[in-house]
Amino acid sequence: MRKMLAAVSRVLGVAQKPASRVLVASRNFANDATFEIKKCDLHRLEEGPPVTTVLTREDGLKYYRMMQTVRRMELKADQLYKQKIIRGFCHLCDGQEACCVGLEAGINPTDHLITAYRAHGFTFTRGLSVREILTELTGRRGGCAKGKGGSMHMYAKNFYGGNGIVGAQVPLGAGIALACKYNGKDEVCLTLYGDGAANQGQIFEAYNMAALWKLPCVFICENNRYGMGTSVERAAASTDYYKRGDFIPGLRVDGMDILCVREATRFAAAYCRSGKGPILMELQTYRYHGHSMSDPGVSYRTREEIQEVRSKSDPIMLLKDRMVNSNLASVEELKEIDVEVRKEIEDAAQFATADPEPPLEELGYHIYSSDPPFEVRGANQWIKFKSVS
Amino acid sequence: MAAVCGLMRRPLEQVSGLLRRRFHRTAPAALQVTVRDAINQGMDEELERDEKVFLLGEEVAQYDGAYKVSRGLWKKYGDKRIIDTPISEMGFAGIAVGAAMAGLRPICEFMTFNFSMQAIDQVINSAAKTYYMSGVAAQHSQCFAAWYGHCPGLKVVSPWNSEDAKGLIKSAIRDNNPVVVLENELMYGVPFELPSEAQSKDFLIPIGKAKIERQGTHITVVAHSRPVGHCLEAATVLSKEGIECEVINMRTIRPMDIETIEASVMKTNHLVTVEGGWPQFGVGAEVCARIMEGPAFNFLDAPAVRVTGADVPMPYAKILEDNSIPQVKDIIFAIKKTLNI
Repeated sequence: MRKMLAAVSRVLGVAQKPASRVLVASRNFANDATFEIKKCDLHRLEEGPPVTTVLTREDGLKYYRMMQTVRRMELKADQLYKQKIIRGFCHLCDGQEACCVGLEAGINPTDHLITAYRAHGFTFTRGLSVREILTELTGRRGGCAKGKGGSMHMYAKNFYGGNGIVGAQVPLGAGIALACKYNGKDEVCLTLYGDGAANQGQIFEAYNMAALWKLPCVFICENNRYGMGTSVERAAASTDYYKRGDFIPGLRVDGMDILCVREATRFAAAYCRSGKGPILMELQTYRYHGHSMSDPGVSYRTREEIQEVRSKSDPIMLLKDRMVNSNLASVEELKEIDVEVRKEIEDAAQFATADPEPPLEELGYHIYSSDPPFEVRGANQWIKFKSVS
Repeated sequence: MAAVCGLMRRPLEQVSGLLRRRFHRTAPAALQVTVRDAINQGMDEELERDEKVFLLGEEVAQYDGAYKVSRGLWKKYGDKRIIDTPISEMGFAGIAVGAAMAGLRPICEFMTFNFSMQAIDQVINSAAKTYYMSGVAAQHSQCFAAWYGHCPGLKVVSPWNSEDAKGLIKSAIRDNNPVVVLENELMYGVPFELPSEAQSKDFLIPIGKAKIERQGTHITVVAHSRPVGHCLEAATVLSKEGIECEVINMRTIRPMDIETIEASVMKTNHLVTVEGGWPQFGVGAEVCARIMEGPAFNFLDAPAVRVTGADVPMPYAKILEDNSIPQVKDIIFAIKKTLNI
């Protein structure tokens, strides 16, 4: 009897309770719960995002799965890199999952997003599959850029990469926001940059024009405390990144709390959509890995610091604790999601490892758009490649 | 005859068509238009044709353009389509690229191409690697053909006269790729005859095709931009001495129309290239290298020769400036040397 009930309850995803108290279906769980979230520091704003938010069970499970997927995908990339199956540049975002998942939760798929090179998480939250992402990292033809872009050049609908030049993506984002306003469709553009890039001159040029022309641009500084190996104190005269937009209102957000990020994003997007112009969000977050795969990440910070963040502020742990403690989900249920995610990543990694490289004939493809085919010179005058658009 | 048949089949429409055609036939065939006005017309037509086209840059709107190239456009199209920017080349070049990535067709004007150097990262790294369209710029004291021509993913055009300016900018705006338009500001005020086809709103000059401005048999002279005019002057002088030069206006730097140049060299057996840019790693160097690699090499009776700007940063004093750019006499000298005269 117990075995049968246990089987039934497993199928229905219900917590394993003693047979005498088993209830079938999710009547066991709360449909939603209200949580208090940290108040954001504000700059030139009378009011900020709300300090409480409602999380539904459905959303909670979705966010959990997404964050776990990003986490495991990044760790798999680490593994593949160490096996030399992934080469070149590889910047991982584990630790920062609440940012990419939280931002996506606060906007619509018709909104736009652009970021710099630590972009795998965003590539996933903006709609590409783990398989397409890992296969691009391994440089194979099944990759989202057919193996020609690599880690820093992945794109999706309304997601403009993936940009290698630090800071250059910020004027691009302002330009996308200009197009949003020009087209009159109430869309916004989330334009992300790091604490290191925040000191780039072109960002201030973008702030100025965005404010002048009231562009629906949400500037977002993903402050993970280190620009490569340089801590924020050593790089910036002012580390109040949310205030650096000066005449642009700003808010500082706990980037390890996905609900905080979601509420702040909703607030910021609504601000832009109302036509008031740009707004700036600083997300305080942390990366567990070094700057890139060639950086062990411990020469400029202590292992103790990394460990402390992991144990006290891990975004996935924070969400999990909240959900379990308010009966939105059970530990077992979340463990099952972990198992499913691991399998998805494993399958994707196998595909990414086995998929063949793009054919040599396609070396010259896609230099131009919409053009008739033409010839491209190779290493010497006798080597020619065809270029098709 | 055809007109008469038409009359029989569809009297009313055909008659009005005939009448319309008659009026056109009596309109003036050609028109004197300055390069500046030709660019202005080209942009105006494209702004009218496609609402996604817009112009941004310093002083393009209320000032009518630093060189008056965008005169009247702001009055006609307003703030949304003609945008004055602050002095932020890197910023607004990036904004132009971003807007293009999101589906618009920006014309991004750099007041002088020197200023574009601040933004070269956006043009090369952001633009050239992503598909989109970019645009207009005025040349200042140095020629950037070699700089931008070096880069795959860009198209680079270099108009000489009004017809070139109008046709090329219209093609550039309609192209789905980033196009750098190297306008020569010294040419803005120069009037040229604009033939009747070039007065049409659908007049386009294909990117990637050179034009033979003057036919000749003794030597091929290849140039782009303002030097094309100098080459034609040189050709006129030499014609009196019995030397007939074939002058080719490249019109496009990248992708280069090497076939037209090759066919000409195979006919004339001699080649001189002329450009305003510095000699090292320049357009002329590229033309010569490609000629050597192709069928035309075997037809050369003498080494190809380059006429270029002097290998110095642009000086200020007039006499120095005059001698830093190729003059007609320098072109004539080079042609005669090549022909061993």
